[in-house]
Amino acid sequence: MLPESALIATDIDAYLAQHERKELVRFLTCGSVDDGKSTLIGRLLYDTHAIYDDQLAAVRRDSERRGSTGGDLDLSLLTDGLKAEREQGITIDVAYRYFSTARRKFIIADTPGHEQYTRNMATGASTCDVAIILVDARNGVARQTRRHSFIASLLGIRHVIVAINKMDLVEYSEEVFDRITEAYGQFAVKLEFTDLRFIPVSALHGDNVVQPSPRMAWYRGETLLHYLDTVHVSSDRNLIDFRFPVQYVNRPHLDFRGFAGTIASGVVRPGDEVVALPSGARSRVRTVVTWEGEQPEAFAPMAVTLTLADEIDVSRGDMLVRPENLPRVDRNLDAMVVWMADDALRPGRQYWIKHAASLVTGTVASLRYRIDVNSLQRQDAAALQMNEVGRCLLTLSRPVAFDAYRQNRATGAFILIDRMSNVTVGAGMIVDRVNAPGFLRDNWDDDTFAAMQAQRSSQVTSAERAGRFGHAPLTVLLTGLPGSGKTTIAYALERRLFEMGRAVTVLDGREMRTTISKGLGFTAAERSENLRRAIDVARFMNEAGLICICAFVAPSAAVRERARQAVASERFVEIHLSAPLDTCRAREETGSYARADTGELLDFPGVSAPYDVPAAPALSLDTASLTVDECVERIVTVLADKLDPPGLVRT
Amino acid sequence: MSGYLLTHLKQLEAESIHIIREVAAEFENPVMLYSIGKDSSVMVRLAMKAFHPGPLPFPLLHIDTGWKFRDMITFRDAFCREHGLRLIVHTNDAPEARALHPVTAGSKTWTDVMKTQALLQALTAGGFDAAFGGARRDEEKSRAKERVYSFRDRFHQWDPKNQRPELWNLYNGRINKGESIRVFPLSNWTELDVWQYVHLEHIPVVPLYFAAPRPVVERDGNLIMVDDQRLPLDPGEQPQSRVVRFRTLGCYPFSGAVESSATTLPAIIQEMLLARTSERQGRMIDYDEAGSMEQKKKEGYF
Repeated sequence: MLPESALIATDIDAYLAQHERKELVRFLTCGSVDDGKSTLIGRLLYDTHAIYDDQLAAVRRDSERRGSTGGDLDLSLLTDGLKAEREQGITIDVAYRYFSTARRKFIIADTPGHEQYTRNMATGASTCDVAIILVDARNGVARQTRRHSFIASLLGIRHVIVAINKMDLVEYSEEVFDRITEAYGQFAVKLEFTDLRFIPVSALHGDNVVQPSPRMAWYRGETLLHYLDTVHVSSDRNLIDFRFPVQYVNRPHLDFRGFAGTIASGVVRPGDEVVALPSGARSRVRTVVTWEGEQPEAFAPMAVTLTLADEIDVSRGDMLVRPENLPRVDRNLDAMVVWMADDALRPGRQYWIKHAASLVTGTVASLRYRIDVNSLQRQDAAALQMNEVGRCLLTLSRPVAFDAYRQNRATGAFILIDRMSNVTVGAGMIVDRVNAPGFLRDNWDDDTFAAMQAQRSSQVTSAERAGRFGHAPLTVLLTGLPGSGKTTIAYALERRLFEMGRAVTVLDGREMRTTISKGLGFTAAERSENLRRAIDVARFMNEAGLICICAFVAPSAAVRERARQAVASERFVEIHLSAPLDTCRAREETGSYARADTGELLDFPGVSAPYDVPAAPALSLDTASLTVDECVERIVTVLADKLDPPGLVRT
Repeated sequence: MSGYLLTHLKQLEAESIHIIREVAAEFENPVMLYSIGKDSSVMVRLAMKAFHPGPLPFPLLHIDTGWKFRDMITFRDAFCREHGLRLIVHTNDAPEARALHPVTAGSKTWTDVMKTQALLQALTAGGFDAAFGGARRDEEKSRAKERVYSFRDRFHQWDPKNQRPELWNLYNGRINKGESIRVFPLSNWTELDVWQYVHLEHIPVVPLYFAAPRPVVERDGNLIMVDDQRLPLDPGEQPQSRVVRFRTLGCYPFSGAVESSATTLPAIIQEMLLARTSERQGRMIDYDEAGSMEQKKKEGYF
């Protein structure tokens, strides 16, 4: 019978009044295959009397047939659902179970411990407030314990109970418990749990699950159920930042136009000023409509309909927010992604992105790193395989309004959908905006170089430096397809200028990529950013008085023009190295063209991305017909005027 | 609403409304399965709340086997009329279906032809790309793993190994032409939640849920109501008037009654909470074979 059975039998109305006030709490159970997870859930259900007699009789029959528990009731059988799984003796998917106590209704997301099923755990964790991580007392903190803990942390679960199970098999030893607690604590400092508890249990015998254990008098903490019943989860909700993704425009007749949706976070009242994003149109909330009538206020996670005072253009996918508390609106997202499909995530590929009520196309611009979920180490990776986790930059086809997942689960989460199969292939959690790298934004406009130079207190002037070196500083951009001879000519030119007594150096694209631009990808936006950084470096060198030869593909005419403006025209020389594509292909030694042909390298100029031939370079050299020396001589001739401007005073 | 807390029922309600609106927004031609039972009644109420003050932007669909309790049909018609709901009623009237009799056909064949096949006919005829159903995960073990959006191929088949992961409240409604989804907005509700909601919201339900004297015969431990003259009686079998009610409603020859004196909702809830058997026990279709529900779902049953 239910714990509240007395009330049910004697005063059903009082019981209903009590039940009506229950709070909903979702928790996740995770553990390795033999940690006893199904038994623990079975124990919770059994001891809270959530099992009917006919279900119990079926389990009793099955227990005897399988004989896995020597004729005792095998509680794990209460939770194993699908036939095939039952036969294999493992759970292979997320299953949901329900029980309640006098205070709360619980939803259990039962997720598997199998190594290859990280995706299912992420799925289960996405809606949970609390995670129970099972550890087999005989084995201690295992590889999978770390994996499960990391995923729980990644998915934003703040309350974690480490249930050290099978205490009956270690003679209920306090020492074993302490050892595991300490080992776990050391590992967990890297995670973002705000509330971490350890409970020694025996799911098989029921110790410390619902009833305190008489066999572990040394443990003075609470039972698992008591913790679940009292853990404070309501303050995890975000009631500060009002976010209302418009889900459905309700227009039953001409006199009513309501915006229906679920309040993702915050509170709303009639009269509140709101902004529709991304349009920026403003209005005020006129009414908060529900079936029960107009409400004086509504809060997350209520599903309501808002009417506005003005006829502004709002449609599904837009977000209503308060003008003084705005989310970020951007096409670019920096996110942790859990990959869930056989077909690996590869930078450059397009997906559908579902975020709040928006569905937009987007490209994974780059994969910054993969996280080894066991060691938490970052690793370079070209792709994310199923069950791997990595940090990605995504570029969407249009801007969306979002927050960091850590601040707001509802506006910081998204899923990736395969455009061909329509399958959900990944889950993303947007990373904190303060830590978000700015490099996907267009930084050219935000040029602070000149302002910083003006603030320098250097007592050496540019003219003095030019006098010392005997020439003005210059930035020489060698642009051309991969294999057009940029690097070769750059170094030959450097040697020639050096022999002429010039102070000169080379800045090569490959060097940038492995140093200052490490982690940047090869989309148009990232190539632009790479060149912008190179130009900053070149400017520092120019300020130091040096000639800087920059060897970059720099495929975009617009970006090259921005480089010219940043450096200033009188210090900038653009030289185009042209050669037929076939010659470039034959000359390029690293096999990039072949990899671009197969699609392994994406956005490759000349193969899968455009190269804008310069319209008015200072010089265009056909490197297929000219020798290196010939090219160098012609460049030196073009540079002569700029290196020796009128008025240069040699010192 | 002090402290900005929602009760669990209000939270379940909000989550279900979110699902219903999401389907209405993303699918071209949804339909809501309406079985006349308590779960359907709750689902329809949630849909009415979702689109208030507008009407439902989709019709209801009832698969009528012709052997539903008469009270159910009366209730259905009155309910839809009162709320101005668009209702489609479909019965499998193919010759082989018309030749079937529930008692001689047995529950397996009957369910397959009159429910599963009839449903597929109606879904195909209506060109529906999303169908709401009132199933809950707590009903049966294999339901526990069912997604809220359950993906079906062009043949309405369910593949338990190929369901999409479902995270947060971000439902993936992308389908190709001819494919469809089944949607279960009540997934996270339990039987108690449904009854309590019916109680709190004053949702009308079919009188068969309440105890009353009814003519029944006892067969294999089940009390079968003699709802009309079509139920064949064994020689010597005499309907007896007993005070009974039904925990679940379906075709009357397959719906076992329970003896009860519960005539009010609190009394029903009390009885349910004190009962030691699950509600599906009275539903004979689950007993055909182990894992039977799973098999039926693969074939297209709700």
